[in-house]
Amino acid sequence: MKERSLIDHLHEVQSGKKDNYISKEEALKISKSSGVSLAEIFGVTTFYTMFSVKPRGRHIIRVCKSLSCHMEDSDSIINKISEILGVDVGETTQDKEFTLEESSCLGMCSVAPAMMIDDIPFGNVKIEEIPDILEDIRRGKR
Amino acid sequence: MKIFRIHALICAGAQCLAAGGNGFEDALKDELKKHNLEEEISIVETGCMGACQLGPLLVVYPEGVMYTKVQPKDAKEIVEEHFLKGRPVRRLMWKGEKAEVPTLAEVPFFAKQTKIVLRNCGNINPEDINEYIALDGYEGISKAVFEMTPQEVVQVMKDSGLRGRGGAGFPTGMKWEFSQKQQTDQKYIICNADEGDPGAYMDRSVLEGDPHSVLEGMLIAGYAVGASKGYIYVRAEYPLAVKRLEVAIKQAKEAGLLGKNILGSSFSFDIELRMGAGAFVCGEETALINSIEGNRGEPKKKPPFPAIKGLFGKPTVINNVETLANVPVIIDKGAKFFRQLGTEKSPGTKVFALAGKVNITGLVEVPLGTPLRSIVFDIGGGIPEGHEFKAALTGGPSGGLIPMEYIDVPMDYENLPALGTIMGSGGLIIMDESSCMVDVAKFFLNFTVDESCGKCTPCREGTKQMLQILERITSGNGREGDIELLEKMGNIIKQTSLCGLGQTAPNPVLSTIRYFRNEYEAHIKEKICPTNVCDIKGGKNERKIAHRPSS
Repeated sequence: MKERSLIDHLHEVQSGKKDNYISKEEALKISKSSGVSLAEIFGVTTFYTMFSVKPRGRHIIRVCKSLSCHMEDSDSIINKISEILGVDVGETTQDKEFTLEESSCLGMCSVAPAMMIDDIPFGNVKIEEIPDILEDIRRGKR
Repeated sequence: MKIFRIHALICAGAQCLAAGGNGFEDALKDELKKHNLEEEISIVETGCMGACQLGPLLVVYPEGVMYTKVQPKDAKEIVEEHFLKGRPVRRLMWKGEKAEVPTLAEVPFFAKQTKIVLRNCGNINPEDINEYIALDGYEGISKAVFEMTPQEVVQVMKDSGLRGRGGAGFPTGMKWEFSQKQQTDQKYIICNADEGDPGAYMDRSVLEGDPHSVLEGMLIAGYAVGASKGYIYVRAEYPLAVKRLEVAIKQAKEAGLLGKNILGSSFSFDIELRMGAGAFVCGEETALINSIEGNRGEPKKKPPFPAIKGLFGKPTVINNVETLANVPVIIDKGAKFFRQLGTEKSPGTKVFALAGKVNITGLVEVPLGTPLRSIVFDIGGGIPEGHEFKAALTGGPSGGLIPMEYIDVPMDYENLPALGTIMGSGGLIIMDESSCMVDVAKFFLNFTVDESCGKCTPCREGTKQMLQILERITSGNGREGDIELLEKMGNIIKQTSLCGLGQTAPNPVLSTIRYFRNEYEAHIKEKICPTNVCDIKGGKNERKIAHRPSS
């Protein structure tokens, strides 16, 4: 029986990389060591939203767009971040610091609107706090 | 054992941390140090206490004084006034209560709940196995292994009537029995912790607040069906739950409660964590199995059911987190005890994640069969002033609505389907008059289109077609006959999809049509959104002025 699944392997590779993605070279390495074909690895990688085959920023921002957050106007949170960073959802800033993404539900419905930056949860997010939060993250203060 | 004068319990659930709980704890520690109180007062980081909206939360024992929304700047006052002088800080207490100093036992939000699943959440330090053991933890597995045969364990589970809390409500004891009867060298137990329903987060709170209850539930399941290996499949969006589970597994191993010869018996059982990677469909059991095996998380045709042929082709019992957290209590206290709660066909309790337009949002555990009204009004404190209840949504993207006329419905596995919705995993989103029902339906269809794995045509193409129709309705381009078309397509998708995701995807649309057909008609015929949510050209601003006088 396999002790580690391909998904664990992909998590490990991706989290060990500054640009948060699984490059073709890395995928080839996994393929060689595990015997799983490159096509299959690509298939698995692209199936899951948390894996990327394109380079991403050092920090991943995930804004929750579940119904409770939607009702608390999470759209305006996304718009604000988008405006500050100058990127749309799915894009990475030019300085490679941030990638803006959406999540179907972060499970923080009681403190909507919610978001996560890397592993840090943020609840009751207010538009006016966003510039400070991003600045703190950029400077490694959170 | 060290005796402390005061125990200060700080909620370290994800939502309280998200609201800034970390900063408060640091400030409190600083203050204790300043006043040399570290030997007298113990700070305990607990899991989720439930009243998440009012977090960060702090409970001070022995009295059980409850502080809400504590900020770092409040630490000084709490230490100097309450801890040193015995004068609780009024301005931070639970608001709106008659009692002079409202304690945990007096606040209706807590007092009116019945806690089985959440018995330890918020009371113990989840990273210390001894605290779990001190509250009868691991009594269930000990009783099972030394006093019961596996058949007897399964019988107790069947007698208890526990039904799977993940959504479908299938009797847990029967699932175990199917697997137990299989003769094979290897069987597996899987804990489904891939909680993905928008609006539900009870599993996260159990994993973060009482991880050992889940491990013990898996151990008992393993003993009952004859499995020696378990997997917990947890979503990667829950890093704190992953961390607490890792700590719990390590401590259980060190205590001889996991691994070879548990408690010195002949029963051996190991548990491993497996992380998801962001795919809602992996909550479906066959998709989950695919994902643990390292494949794309696409569902498979059933039968064969996992209990017969599951992970790596072996018999596998898959239970949800909340289901497993019930198991130790049932084995320890018996089926009869469990059946005292809930209804004949839906025994026990259910945890609901109360969210949306209600005064106190958070986790609420009540006996099954509790009327919706008492959850929303008695426990949740009702709808914010100046607004009114319009509908509650249960079951997330697989569920539907409960409108005002059915607000007294008993919340259980029989009555909800009769109203065209489902229990689901317990998400309960309350909507007031400002929510547009067509928008809600569109919201969930958007979600399903995103999350559909694409394997079967009805779900992949059908939901997309339905979404297009909803989009044209909400933009003012709806056509005569669209409602009927939605109903027809919805029913076809329900009947022909491969897995539960597709089979339930049309529910929010069908349910909103069933109860709020007039809102659909207003969008289509009059080209207006009665609640001004949808962006219908020309209508939006005018309606706002006409219907919402300045408050």
